[in-house]
Formats: sequence, C-alpha cells, structure tokens
Amino acid sequence: MISDATKARFAKEVAKYPADQKQSAVMACLSIVQQELGHVSADSEKVVADYLGMAPMAVHEVTTFYNMYNQRPVGKFKLNVCTNLPCQLRDGQKALHHLEKKLGISMGETTPDGLFTLQQSECLGACADSPVLLVNDRSMCSFMSNDKLDQLVDGIRSAEGKV
Amino acid sequence: MSAQDVINQFVAKGVETCFHDRHINPQIYAGLNGSNWSIKDYEARGGYQALRKILGKDGGEGFTQDQVIATVKESGLRGRGGAGFPTGLKWSFMPRQFPGQKYLVCNSDEGEPGTCKDRDILQFNPHIVIEGMAIAAYAMGISVGYNYIHGEIFGSYERFEAALEEARAAGFLGNNIMGSNFSFQLHAAHGFGAYICGEETALLESLEGKKGQPRFKPPFPASFGLYGKPTTINNTETFAAVPWIIRNGGPAYLECGKPNNGGTKIYSVSGDVERPGNYEIPMGTPFSKLLELAGGVRAGRQLKAVIPGGSSSPVLPASVIMECTMDYDSIAKAGSMLGSGAVIVMDDSRCMVKALQRLSYFYMHESCGQCTPCREGTGWLSRMVDRIETGHGRPSDMDLLDNVAENIMGRTICALGDAAAMPVRAMIKHFRHEFVHHIEHKSCMVPAYV
Repeated sequence: MISDATKARFAKEVAKYPADQKQSAVMACLSIVQQELGHVSADSEKVVADYLGMAPMAVHEVTTFYNMYNQRPVGKFKLNVCTNLPCQLRDGQKALHHLEKKLGISMGETTPDGLFTLQQSECLGACADSPVLLVNDRSMCSFMSNDKLDQLVDGIRSAEGKV
Repeated sequence: MSAQDVINQFVAKGVETCFHDRHINPQIYAGLNGSNWSIKDYEARGGYQALRKILGKDGGEGFTQDQVIATVKESGLRGRGGAGFPTGLKWSFMPRQFPGQKYLVCNSDEGEPGTCKDRDILQFNPHIVIEGMAIAAYAMGISVGYNYIHGEIFGSYERFEAALEEARAAGFLGNNIMGSNFSFQLHAAHGFGAYICGEETALLESLEGKKGQPRFKPPFPASFGLYGKPTTINNTETFAAVPWIIRNGGPAYLECGKPNNGGTKIYSVSGDVERPGNYEIPMGTPFSKLLELAGGVRAGRQLKAVIPGGSSSPVLPASVIMECTMDYDSIAKAGSMLGSGAVIVMDDSRCMVKALQRLSYFYMHESCGQCTPCREGTGWLSRMVDRIETGHGRPSDMDLLDNVAENIMGRTICALGDAAAMPVRAMIKHFRHEFVHHIEHKSCMVPAYV
C-alpha cells in the first residue's frame, strides 16, 4: 500500500483542485508513483483510483495515453533521447546511436544489470540545447556530445558501484 | 558523488539559450542571469508594479476591468502560442458577469518541435507569468487559475511552484490581494508526455484528469471550458508580455513592433546555426537579422530552408524567408505562419525527404486517435514518406501524398491533422524535385551528412 509520505504528496496535488474534481490530480499522482516505484503497475493504478475516487480503467486510460508513464519496470536510470527534427539536425540520432553502442543495447531495451533503459523520444522542448536527453522524467541533460554521454554513463555507473 | 550529482552537471544553466546579450530591446528576458528568478529580484526589476498599478496600490487610481482590457487591445498583443489571436479581444469574450466559477489557464505545454522559449521564461523569470496571470484574472473577474506545464520540463514546473509559494507569501496571490477586494488562487499542473495537450481543449481534458483528446468547438472555452465553466487560455509568453504593457501603456508596446504586430517576440532558433537559442527581438525584425544574431548558418554553409513557426508551419525556401520580417503578417504573406516562433534552420546539406520523414513520424506518433482522417492519415503519410526516403517510393506516391494531406485538412476536430498535412504539402510544393529524385533514382540527391 502507499506510505504516509506518498499520501502527503498526493494530498498536496488534490488540494489544488475543487473538492469534487479530485480526478484532476491523477496525472501528478501517477508521476509520484512512478518516481517512487519506477513504473505504474495495475496495482498502483488501483491505489490511485481508490484515493481519487476514480474507476481503475479511467486511471489506466491516463497511464496508457501519456508517453512518459512506464507501463512496465524500467532500469534504474531511464534515458530518453530526443530525435525529433530540430534535434536530428544537431546530432540527436547520433547521441542515441552512441548510447546504444556504449550501453550495448538497442533503443527500447534495458541493460542486463538493470541500470539503464534507453528510449527514443519525441520533442522534449529543449530544441536549442540539442543533443538532449531526459533522465528519469525529471532531469534534462543538455548539449550531450559523445564525450558528455560517456561521462554521464560512466559517472552513474561509478556512483552506483557498477564499473 | 551521487548519481543525481553526476546528472545535475549536465543540466542546462541557460547561458547559451537565454543569457547571451544578443536580444534586441528585450522585455521578458531583460536582465536575467539565472540566479535572479526569485521575487526579491523580480521586484527590483520593477516586478509586481503593474499589479500594484491596476489595483491602485501605487498611489494612483487603479484600473477598471475595462481599462485593463482596453490597454491590452491597444497594445496589439497577439497570442504567442501559435494562433496569433488578439489577446485583448479574447479577454473581452469572457462573460465577466457569469455568476459561477470562472477559470484562467496558462498553456505552458510547450511541445511544438523547435520551441523552447516558455521553458526559459518559467525557469528564469517565473514571476512575470504569475503577475501577467493575476492581471488577466483581475480584468476578467476570475478567481482561480492553473498553469499547465509540459511534463518533460519538470525543472521549470518545480521552479514555478517555488515562485508560487513566494508570491503567496508576499500577498500577490491569495485572498484580498494587497488589501483589495481582488482574490486569485493560482496553481501549477504538469503534463506527462502528450503533444496534443498543447491544443487548448485537449489541455482542459488533461487538466480534468482524462486522456488529452480535443473537444469539438463550439462551444469555445470562453463559454464551456475547464469543468464546463467559462475559461480563458493564453500562452506563457502572452501572459509574460502583460506586465510591461500595463506599466508602459498599450501604444508604447505597439511601437516596439509594427502595426498589427505589437511588442517583442521570443524566437527559438534551432538546427543549422552557429548559436541555437532563444532570441527576444521586436516584431517586424528582418529574418536576416535574427539569423545573424544566431551566428549565421553553421560552418559557413548556405541556407536552404527554414521552418519559421514550429514544425507544423509550412517550410519556406531560403530565397523566400530571407525577404521576410519576423511577424505574423509577413510570414503569413509568404505562405507560412509565425506559429510559436520556433525557427528551424536547415542548410544546403539537408535532404528534405529525410526531414519530412522525421516530422511525419512525429505526427503519426502523437495523433490522439480520435478522428479517423488524422489517425489513419498521419500513419499513411508517414509510411509513404518513409518508403520514398528508403528507396521504395512509387511514382504514384507524389499525387497520393498530396491527396491524403488534402483529405486530412479541415476534416478533424482539432488542428493536429492540419499540422501534419501542412508540412507535407509545403515540402512537396517547394522541394518536389527531391522527392521525385528519391523515387526515380532510389537515392538522395543531397550529399547529407546527417
């Protein structure tokens, strides 16, 4: 079940909306669940549905409609590399291919040690910073040349004791 | 060093995109350095004076609601989100005397490929949006507002939340603002990855906790908006322009730009330029000047084409865009649209088929699936452009592309269908020979290095 700390975060989101419109907080609650558990499971959807007074299917519709919800477990660090046109013009796809080589996986896959998931993504809204990637939905890394990509991956591996 | 510390090293500080001193007479980005976003610094720059002014808390008489709307009308401010609709006129559509709850919504769901200006406003000058929204709320008699922020720019969402706390503590938001009888509650919400939610009625659906599928219009949000209540929705940059207009007057704002195109505008320049970034310049500035500010075409190459207003706007060849000034009317006259002000620059090494291949994939991916012409048509377009790019195109594809695009346009609930079709038709119009070459020779005529 959800912890008191998580419930407090839910409550803060629900408080933004009219009392009879708790459903408005569903996007935020699901993103909190994802931050804490790594992905949104059917069980988590049920918990959020109960908390907000929604049908579980209505929550599932939200999970499946929006690109950033992980519908299955992902690596500890999810890397989303933008390859949309403005980024394609400035090495976005090269960055994705470099990470595929560096991590030894194809886009959409997770490394065997469970540390990284690599995904291609649509416009992240940081077009002038290309190449860009988003780490775990929250941290936008900009101007990611191959050198910086190596530093990022090696740095995370080192911090996680997986060199 | 923790993993998060490692990651944080690569988070942009705004130096390249925002604090580069290559703006021209900036109003929204003026004086920013990345560390002066807080309320104390904002007030030192003249922040919240406009709100004081309309509420009569600066020693003056204050503004009536009509005076605020008249001032915004006079300024010539037009919506910065893409449609360019006159802001004062939009505000006047709001039924101010409606007896129930009304809502104000800021559209910060900045997902139009090429656009990254609102991110820098929210990150580095969040209070200017709060003040602009408070003024709008006062003018339309609205007591509750939401700022819906693109899920991918979570740092900007967190920054805006922090700014909201400051504004509440300082009494610029909440009940009886500065001792007046005006009350306004403002909250931040975030998306989680859906381009379609930049469409205003999809955004409202999302804000209600649903799939972001656009609504039929009419009814328009001014009569049936959030939770079915009258709602006004403006873009982040539009709200951010308002405090300056109130402080300096409508005519002064209009004079910054050109007739029917008042003020400054922020352009996000991306692609093949030396210095990609956001540039705030007066409306009506020549495109050639903007290109110069962005350092010119990369590596001394020749300009080939520019998408002037985000990926949905029709591409313009170099010879056309070089004659344009950057404002709604000039770009429209040239056959495109200013849109969100996202300027995607492509040099002479670029294959237009490849460029369109990526864009068409995007629209297929982001179609919400509600309307058949868009759901099926975007996939059809994407598959056709893909086979042309990869050497499997058929001679009949040229007419078919145009036909499918034409049959999407105007036949969907929202503008995403048009947005997918317009780039296709413009690419075929201006660069038909490249598509034909791909089909006939099964190879590219441009020695691209992408």
